[in-house]
Amino acid sequence: MSSDEFKRRGISPSTPDPSTLAPFGFRASDFEMKTELRNNKDFWAGIMLIAIGAVSIFIARSYPFGSTMRMGPGYFPSMLGAILVLFGTYVTANGMRTGEKIAVHCSLRASIVLSVSLVVFGVLMTYAGFIPALAALIFGSASAGREFKFVEILLLTLILTTLSAAVFISGLGLPYPLIKGF
Amino acid sequence: MELFNHLIFGFSVAFSLQNLLYCFIGVLVGTLIGVLPGIGPTATIAMLLPLTFNVPPVAAMIMLAGIYYGAMYGGSTTSILVNLPGETASVVTCIDGYQMARQGRAGAALAIAAIGSFFAGTVCTLLIALFAPPLAEFALKFSSAEYFSLMLMGLVAAAVLAHGDMAKSLAMVVVGLLLGIVGADVNSGIKPFTFEFYELADGIGVVTIAVGVFAVGEILGNLSDPEERQVFTSKVTNLFPTKDDLKQSFGAIVRGTGVGAFFGVLPGTTPAIASFSSYMIEKKLAKHPSRFGQGAIEGVAGPESANNADAQCKFIPMLTLGIPASGTMALMLGALMIFGITPGPQVMTDKPDLFWGLIASMWIGNVMLVVLNLPLIGIWVSLLKLPYRMLFPAIMAFSAIGIYSVNNSSFDIYLMAIFGILGIIWRMLDCSPVPMMLGFVLGPMVEENLRRTLQVSRGDPSVFVTRPISLAFIVATVLILIVMAAPAVRKLWRAASAG
Repeated sequence: MSSDEFKRRGISPSTPDPSTLAPFGFRASDFEMKTELRNNKDFWAGIMLIAIGAVSIFIARSYPFGSTMRMGPGYFPSMLGAILVLFGTYVTANGMRTGEKIAVHCSLRASIVLSVSLVVFGVLMTYAGFIPALAALIFGSASAGREFKFVEILLLTLILTTLSAAVFISGLGLPYPLIKGF
Repeated sequence: MELFNHLIFGFSVAFSLQNLLYCFIGVLVGTLIGVLPGIGPTATIAMLLPLTFNVPPVAAMIMLAGIYYGAMYGGSTTSILVNLPGETASVVTCIDGYQMARQGRAGAALAIAAIGSFFAGTVCTLLIALFAPPLAEFALKFSSAEYFSLMLMGLVAAAVLAHGDMAKSLAMVVVGLLLGIVGADVNSGIKPFTFEFYELADGIGVVTIAVGVFAVGEILGNLSDPEERQVFTSKVTNLFPTKDDLKQSFGAIVRGTGVGAFFGVLPGTTPAIASFSSYMIEKKLAKHPSRFGQGAIEGVAGPESANNADAQCKFIPMLTLGIPASGTMALMLGALMIFGITPGPQVMTDKPDLFWGLIASMWIGNVMLVVLNLPLIGIWVSLLKLPYRMLFPAIMAFSAIGIYSVNNSSFDIYLMAIFGILGIIWRMLDCSPVPMMLGFVLGPMVEENLRRTLQVSRGDPSVFVTRPISLAFIVATVLILIVMAAPAVRKLWRAASAG
């Protein structure tokens, strides 16, 4: 199937045509080296892998390493960390060679709003009870969506919270207070 | 006949009222998420797994399996009716299925998809019953050296056969192995990588990672995608395929089942690869290949049989060897461990009710799907009108309640948020989370078997190549790596897995 066909079907193709990836219609050659790296998919993938590998080697240094015969708790993570650094270096180099761009967009707003909603849920579960926590989570995540329709979100929050309380607390008998202090 | 005794025992387990009920719930939920785009079986199983902790393991596994293969059925329904694949495995079904629907033959297409899936499901149930016992018996003789090599092969194969960059997939396996180390070290009492958080002393929960990366990550991905999907529905009339339809599809269904079963046992392949391959084969074999894309019924029958066969045969390596072949299977393996069952060849002898009951339930589930799906199509299609902005807050709520209920701990919720963010970052950087899941689930076992082997051999690693079975696995691993690294093979595979 061509990528056009995919688009028509509303699916994003898993291997996007590189020519369509340059943002805002610029071609890669319009940028200097530095800007190219900022959007370079494999460059960052490699950096991430190197970072994870390096951190795990660093942490594992404080655990006994042991020997091949008697592996200590530091042995396995050090080995894996080293392998990751190797892979990461290769991927980084590969990225600088091919210069493939990041094709998937990430909505920063959605990421922040969704994570904050989860954290609020966690805090409220401890201090305020099931209903306030869940209502906050549903209202919060709903407002991470593309459009913010206040009445609709409010209704959704009400319905989903009631439904969940019925299913999980009354139905499945999860032992959480609906509202703390009552 | 031992085979039939086993199957009869399995059916006696699966036919208990409780197990039938959980099987029904499983396939119902599976069809539902198969119909709805934007939520896949892995995320759903992760989300519902905590809720099964207080049911017996057999019933829980039956339900989780039902979700998995039920999704394959559901995915075809929307592909055919609205040209919208609910699952990636049904992408190819859109091509000819939707054309058939536009020609007023939606009923025939749906029926043939259901019949093909049912045929594939039946054959695969028999295949599992036939091949699982000898395979498990063979694996029972393994020592830690063979296990290590086998897991290495499974992980490498899963990484290189998965869609995407080979080096990155292999690296993600290592990331998963590292995440698996978090938690108390049994041998030394040291708690590596816990950063003084007592909540991490038991390790990171498999459900927490899966829900974070797959459910939250998927939602973030969908919210970031600027395109809104639109739905056009066509009417379903005349559900019965004609005699000609059946005659035309029979070969395709048989071939599709074969293709699906083959790819099913290969680690790392997705049902999408099986269904795509089946489509290509049917097109090659057809007298008039030009009919494909214009509503050829073989183009529905083959791929739909293939993706169901693939989904079901994925259980063979998981149940007999304890090697997960896909992200969903990794999660099922994690579920087994949570239920206190050590995965591996001993599952069949130690827990025969779970093993045979699960297999028999798959056939029962397939029957339910055929009976259920066709009359309920109207309901499924109307569900598509539910906008995503109302769906995803519900997914978030259910996920969060599920995760919280595992340990009654808010800490797991924060972890879920972190893994959600990691999920979208990995998506952006094109690092597949599936090999990570496999590495994570197998991590502790890989480490344990490596440690034990080297302890017995007094630190001599040559033991991995001097024991013949272990050597065979190592050779196979190297061969897979070499073959898949060859540019020509790589290119072909990439084309196939991209659909």
